[in-house]
Amino acid sequence: MPLFDSLYNFARWLTHDREEAQDLVQETYSKALKGFGSFQPGTNFRAWMFRILRNTFLTSRAGLKSGATVSLDSEEGEPLQPATEETPESLLLQRSSQQMVQEAIEELPPLFREVVLLCDVEEMSYQEISETMAIPIGTVMSRLARARGALRQSLAKKLQGS
Amino acid sequence: MACDTWRDKINAYSDAELSAEGMRAMAAHLRTCASCSSDLLSRLQLKRAIKTAGSRFVPDLAFKQKIQSEIQSQKVPASHRKWLPWLEVAAAAAIIVLLFVLLSARSSLQQRQAFAELADLHVATLASANPVDVISTDRHTVKPWFQGKIPFAFNIPELSNTPFTLEGGRLAYLDQSPGAQLIFKSGNHRISAFIFQDRTEHPFPAKDTRSKRLTFNLESWSGGGLRYFLIGDADPSDIHKLSELLRSASQS
Repeated sequence: MPLFDSLYNFARWLTHDREEAQDLVQETYSKALKGFGSFQPGTNFRAWMFRILRNTFLTSRAGLKSGATVSLDSEEGEPLQPATEETPESLLLQRSSQQMVQEAIEELPPLFREVVLLCDVEEMSYQEISETMAIPIGTVMSRLARARGALRQSLAKKLQGS
Repeated sequence: MACDTWRDKINAYSDAELSAEGMRAMAAHLRTCASCSSDLLSRLQLKRAIKTAGSRFVPDLAFKQKIQSEIQSQKVPASHRKWLPWLEVAAAAAIIVLLFVLLSARSSLQQRQAFAELADLHVATLASANPVDVISTDRHTVKPWFQGKIPFAFNIPELSNTPFTLEGGRLAYLDQSPGAQLIFKSGNHRISAFIFQDRTEHPFPAKDTRSKRLTFNLESWSGGGLRYFLIGDADPSDIHKLSELLRSASQS
């Protein structure tokens, strides 16, 4: 089924639980079929499906508990972090195991985690992410920059600790 | 560390989200700035690491089949049935069209992923202090260097009286398959020629393709059991001239 694996992967990251992710995906397909009349041809189907999944999660008990809608301290004006700091990036990533990167993604605030997953795993455009998360494109860009900076710092700390 | 002027744009460049003019301006800057090239490479490496680590969860087959059968078994309430047949046909047709579009989108996504990997490899070459493993402008030196290192052989064209110069080569990997990367110079531009064994499960279609990602132009074709990719910021017509030279060489 189209998008199924991507939706499931994203649902697992949102819920941190296999059974809740399965329920979430099931509910998403059910709502998509019932609400298919509201889908406007020519618009982005993938963003529409991911928006249904995300909104279903946010209004669920698990979603409300996760604090996924809690806004970040500041969405604007933070200086962008350079990619190369004390630890050379290539060295950082060579030494980071996949598990380390997964842990670093897990530890991100939910709004950062979502935007990074949608951009780098699902390869959505900024416009698609904006539609999925119902946020302006400028907010997509600033969250991505901050999320990636947070990931680099997290990986650098994990390497120092290991 | 990226230059102050360009730092706030490099993230969007790595996501191919600048305007066409912005992408061209950034590409021109990258050709002259090692620190920005290095910064970009770092960001692309992080993106790839996130992509790999983030693609973590796979649904159970049983769960997938359960959802599929539930969707297929959804019934319409009896009270609507007398005027429903045409609605059911229209809905089935819409779903078929939708599935076709989405499956095409998935294939396109796989193609974009492969293209992204090749673009990363090309950028890594441009940014590296040691861009090639074998440095030579002589094809009779570069070609034999690959023997024993990759499971196929290929021909390099004679380049005298052409606008291209061979700079050397290195090993490359795509979808965990070993292949060759040849670096050619054309004026102030570098073009990478990637050569891999052709595979049926390859994300690129069998027919020739030409496309564009970031500011790079790509041309791809199959011949003699090999898959060729040319990628660089040279003009598409220059890239095509090089592809014709490589195609002729592969047939000799």
